[in-house]
Amino acid sequence: MTSGSRPGLQPSLSAAAPGPLPASGNPILEVRGLRKSYKTRHRRKVTSVEAVRGVDFVVQRAEIFGFLGPNGAGKSTTLRMLATLLRPDGGEAMIAGVDLLRDPAQVRRRIGFVAQESGTYGESTGRRDLVNQARMYGVPKTAAKGLAEAAIAAFQLEDFVDRQIKTYSGGQSRRLDVALGVIHSPQIIFLDEPTAGLDPPSRARMWQEVRKLRDQGMTIFLTTHYLDEADALCDRISIIDAGLIVAEGTPSDLKREISGDVVVVDLAAPDTAGAPEPAIILEAAKILTEQPYVESCETIEHTLRLYVDSAATAIPQIMRALSAKGIDPGAIETRRPSLDDVFLAKTGRTIGD
Amino acid sequence: MKLARDTWLIFQYEVVLLVSSPVNVAITLIQPITYLLIFTPFLKSVVHAPSYGAAYAIYVPSLFAAMGVFSGMFAGFTLLAAIHQGVITRCRVTPISRVSLLLGRVGMYVLLVAFQGVVVTVIAVAFGLRVNPGDFLYALVLLSLMVVLSVSLGYDLALLVPRENALGNLINSLAQPLSLLAGCLIPLSLAPLWVQRVADWNPFAWGTNGMRTILQGRIGAAVIWEAPLIMALVALVTVVWSSRLFSREIA
Repeated sequence: MTSGSRPGLQPSLSAAAPGPLPASGNPILEVRGLRKSYKTRHRRKVTSVEAVRGVDFVVQRAEIFGFLGPNGAGKSTTLRMLATLLRPDGGEAMIAGVDLLRDPAQVRRRIGFVAQESGTYGESTGRRDLVNQARMYGVPKTAAKGLAEAAIAAFQLEDFVDRQIKTYSGGQSRRLDVALGVIHSPQIIFLDEPTAGLDPPSRARMWQEVRKLRDQGMTIFLTTHYLDEADALCDRISIIDAGLIVAEGTPSDLKREISGDVVVVDLAAPDTAGAPEPAIILEAAKILTEQPYVESCETIEHTLRLYVDSAATAIPQIMRALSAKGIDPGAIETRRPSLDDVFLAKTGRTIGD
Repeated sequence: MKLARDTWLIFQYEVVLLVSSPVNVAITLIQPITYLLIFTPFLKSVVHAPSYGAAYAIYVPSLFAAMGVFSGMFAGFTLLAAIHQGVITRCRVTPISRVSLLLGRVGMYVLLVAFQGVVVTVIAVAFGLRVNPGDFLYALVLLSLMVVLSVSLGYDLALLVPRENALGNLINSLAQPLSLLAGCLIPLSLAPLWVQRVADWNPFAWGTNGMRTILQGRIGAAVIWEAPLIMALVALVTVVWSSRLFSREIA
């Protein structure tokens, strides 16, 4: 993977906290060869699991950068290294002008981090935690109260901020978490799966908050395993799989890399509820892979996903090829490539696998 | 300076959280008061104490020792819960001093147990205990050192064995001998000599001994200065140990 900085993305707005001010396209985060492995001990046998096997990427100021990958791909480990919670085994990272390995204490002053788990006591209140959070950054008491007040207004927490946190809904609690993470106006905020487990309205609301932060000049680095989220929310994404980065770019660039159309052939007969025989799926996949106009073919349960130059001319040929072998597809549909297809093409799997 | 400020911040936060549920604080008083009111009469007849005042002077230090050992060692569970809820992680990405995250919490326990000690003593005084304020203050200092020691020990165990079930068994099997060998039920002076010699290696026993000696008015005894010295030294070692474990284990 190359990691050259990509110029010309988003001219940066003013940074949220004072620091070396960037020219346009100035990277805020540069990661090179970052590695981490865990030792696990099982009956005296020590095995080493490589969670992150040398990742490179660059994040520009004031962009929403999505780190996309299935569970266990190394997303959270990478994030925890960048947030100074885990010490990397190797590689380097510059965060807001500070070397992560040499000066993690300075990095902490410039970043915010919101983990997947809430990180608050159910018996505390949102306001108390906001004030305390600001004070952990060394802000004096009165100023901390002011910062909490500003965060309550910005994230619209007024209705519940003085209640015990255990009474909050999932979306309310998530908004408080993000408000806590940015109370000190960091230059970059790391969000680990910010919308996991949220209902659709809360999710939309979280997207709104994230965009608002970006528009104020903050850089957002988030992990997600929702493809639609990466597509709709992120300015740029990086796909990580098995500890390595397999693709990086804007969602539309990545989709454009997959030329042509996608044809999805559903082999389940429309009149029967049951799935088709595995042998039939295998045979159909074999026939279609051999067709000259099919660039590639992936099997997902009882559907075949075909990448072709033009769906309009491919569909009649697909029909003919299948019926010549006596296979009768239940449905055929065509669509433009999605991030899901990008993911499949880069990793050979769907993200849900 | 920063360490002191950060520790104070965490201490304040934990204390406010604690007193925001006064019912929970009140519940922590039930057990010591029950023991104080029901166990002391037993003890009085066993040791043939001449008065209830004398019996309380023997039993209150024992009760302090039990409070000091048990409340502290189970603090490890609360730390594990805070880790699992991500509270510790959220604090660790801020510039706050790592050690203060432990020390502030230790301070909260010292305050809680000292409060229990005051309540227990006030009740004991109502039933006949006679103690002058200076001696009582000395006993409170020893109790606080006991709590620092036991909470740090509880944190060590929780960080070494971060699984709740295994930790529960481990704590129980450690806290029982530690508290019995500190004379938390029957004074060690009634124990066979070999048990007393074993107890010499238990820092909590020194704490109980110091408290009992002062409450019985034997001001000149060597244990009066030996007890706080030994307690302070051992407490310091466990605090340093748990701080190191905390910085290492919670990577």
